[in-house]
Amino acid sequence: MMQLGISFISGIIFALGLVISGMTNPDKVIGFLDITGNWDYSLMFVMIGAISVTFVMFKVLTKKKPYCGEEHFLPTKKEVDKKIIIGSALFGIGWGMTGVCPGPGFVNLATNESAAFLFIISLLVGMILFKFTESHWS
Amino acid sequence: MIENIFYPLIGGILIGVSSSTMLGGLGRIAGISGIVGGALTKPKKEDLWRFAFVGGLIVGGVLLRILRPDLFNYKFEFTALHYIVAGILVGYGTRLGSGCTSGHGVCGMGRMAKRSFVATMTFIMFGMLTVFVKGALS
Repeated sequence: MMQLGISFISGIIFALGLVISGMTNPDKVIGFLDITGNWDYSLMFVMIGAISVTFVMFKVLTKKKPYCGEEHFLPTKKEVDKKIIIGSALFGIGWGMTGVCPGPGFVNLATNESAAFLFIISLLVGMILFKFTESHWS
Repeated sequence: MIENIFYPLIGGILIGVSSSTMLGGLGRIAGISGIVGGALTKPKKEDLWRFAFVGGLIVGGVLLRILRPDLFNYKFEFTALHYIVAGILVGYGTRLGSGCTSGHGVCGMGRMAKRSFVATMTFIMFGMLTVFVKGALS
């Protein structure tokens, strides 16, 4: 129960951060990606703000057990393989096409716009497609 | 200049705080694509936190839209086909690449993970390339 409460509140804080930062606004995201045009560098500071917190806090937090759990579920893979490059490239193309990435996609369901729902349904379809083709990549 | 980067920075810090509460609370990485992708299996009790987090994202968005509708003052200006193709690319790509803007860009970069650094550079570069190509074609 506690786990669910922490996750729910964290989700709300995450949404708040995405909206305040401007990450939910596709025009701003496309402006950030438009380096050869009228580049809007401001969203770089979202990453700077977020990483400055995670850089310090992750070091502190991984020293002891999680508050509601027995272990930390951290990625163990170290090598850079073709999956991470091709996957990130495909994600980047989709991101650049519309200016929406997964977190803002979910928050933008609040706009009640059909485009927001289309994006999330397609994102889920893409993830399910990956499950069916996953074995071909290894 | 200051107002321009103030909100991105504050929003970024909130995203960092949310990621830290997930790691400190549950020992989990607050990567949206990973949280969602991991929930696309037979419903299991130990996956409920995933639904709670995404629920928080959506509820957070809805609450903010009620309190501050001016923060949602943007349009989804592309065709439906755009959102469908982009959604599938983002869903498939983030699963193949093991993460998106949050998991790699915020959590992984905060942990100084080489894979996340490569992934983040890749999706930002391909995002920029896509915006450039779209601009050149229109």
